[in-house]
Amino acid sequence: METQISPADTEAIRFEHVCKEFIQGSQKAPVSVLKDVSGVVQKGSVVTLVGPSGAGKSTLLSLCNLLLTPDEGRIFLAGTEVRVWPVQELRRHAALVFQSPVVFPGTVLENLEFGLKLQGKRLDNPEHWLQQVGLPTDILEQQAEDLSGGQKQRVALVRVLVTEPRILLLDEVTSALDVSAAREVEEWLLTWQRQTQNTVLWVTHHLEQARRVGDWTWLFVAGRVVEQAPTDVLFTHPQMELTQRFLRGELSGGGIS
Amino acid sequence: MSLLSLSFTLGFVLIAMVLSLWLKLGLERDMVIATVRSAIQLIVVGYILKAVFTLNNPVFIVLMIVLMIGVATQNASKRGKSLYGVVWWRVLLALCVSEVVTQGLLLAMGVVPFTPRYVIPISGMIVGNSMIASSLLLNRLQSETAAHRAQVLATLALGGTPRQSILPYVKQAIRASLIPTIDSTKTTGLVQLPGMMTGLIIAGANPIEAVRYQLLILFVLMAGCAIASITLGFSVYPTLFNRNQQLMLQ
Repeated sequence: METQISPADTEAIRFEHVCKEFIQGSQKAPVSVLKDVSGVVQKGSVVTLVGPSGAGKSTLLSLCNLLLTPDEGRIFLAGTEVRVWPVQELRRHAALVFQSPVVFPGTVLENLEFGLKLQGKRLDNPEHWLQQVGLPTDILEQQAEDLSGGQKQRVALVRVLVTEPRILLLDEVTSALDVSAAREVEEWLLTWQRQTQNTVLWVTHHLEQARRVGDWTWLFVAGRVVEQAPTDVLFTHPQMELTQRFLRGELSGGGIS
Repeated sequence: MSLLSLSFTLGFVLIAMVLSLWLKLGLERDMVIATVRSAIQLIVVGYILKAVFTLNNPVFIVLMIVLMIGVATQNASKRGKSLYGVVWWRVLLALCVSEVVTQGLLLAMGVVPFTPRYVIPISGMIVGNSMIASSLLLNRLQSETAAHRAQVLATLALGGTPRQSILPYVKQAIRASLIPTIDSTKTTGLVQLPGMMTGLIIAGANPIEAVRYQLLILFVLMAGCAIASITLGFSVYPTLFNRNQQLMLQ
């Protein structure tokens, strides 16, 4: 007997045999970045993506909101394939925060409002949001270009969160911050997640962070998913030999060392 | 001017070539090509113009303009080679709108009569200058987009439309493409006497009359370049995106 609950009610994201290649270098040779990636991200969960750099984690995020198109396979958000979604709606539903912070010309306030203004809306309480990420409220009228890297990243995060996405795609968003600021932003993101019960797909190279914030953790090596497990299990009782080697720090770069 | 005295002027090309050889600039070949091409093109055009002026048939006027726009389109479209979508018909559209609006207004207001002597040279200047503005726009749009790739992507990622993501850079490219026209209009007569006026004066026209025509040309060119650049800017930006609204700039 099938359950009455359809997958779309419980699944935030479903990957089915996703492959992605990039054309790189002068030889125009295709380089395979993701190979046959499948998996499900449950609604309201935090999934951390770990693995050596170049393993395809960031690419997977961009596929979720169609900033890249999969070459093979399908990706479903809330039960609908990404190429079937209206593009703007998809990207508001699943918002991506980039690794290197991007600010637009103008003041901090204009930057915070940027995403809302694209939809013809306004931001009601910018001071509140700044306080939430540990930024002083008197920077609202400052030029965003003049902020430090860490401040820019927090502004970029607020700019995304005020648009109320249901899925948050985070690409190493705390790597530009110092240790205490990184921790502060991490706590704030988790609080936001608990309050809203939204879904987070969080790429991090910081294993302690992956362990702290994740409900589930997926390990990527050379474009393949090696292991998907509840975060505690993956870190304490890894099943795959490759995972054990990764946790011992034996893997680096894009491939298997 | 006799053909003999014209042929003496080839000595100037020689001076340029000697300088290029001396400094090893490697421009001699291009100089020869440019000299031969300009001589052949202008002599042929001279005879064609003479024929068209004699015939005084509107069909030939239109044919000349179509030819000019065709060549200008082909030339300016080269600047958009690396764009993702098809560029040439958008350039064609921009040049046609520029020519039809400006030349059309001149004719409608009775500023110049519909005779080859007026319409062909003025159209040539409108199309030629619009072509330069179009080339500049295409160049600048690509470099602006490359320089602000992160902002374009961030806007798209926030659920912005391609238009919202690229609009500031389209405007910047339009602005940049019009600067040469505006600056040369500002300094005209102070730095150099414009070519058309120089020609008229040498050919024996009253300088005051020549100045009036030159002003007409300057004002028409400002409008023509602005129309071409804006039309092209707003019609060409979709070629930077694919159907999934992804930025496709190499």
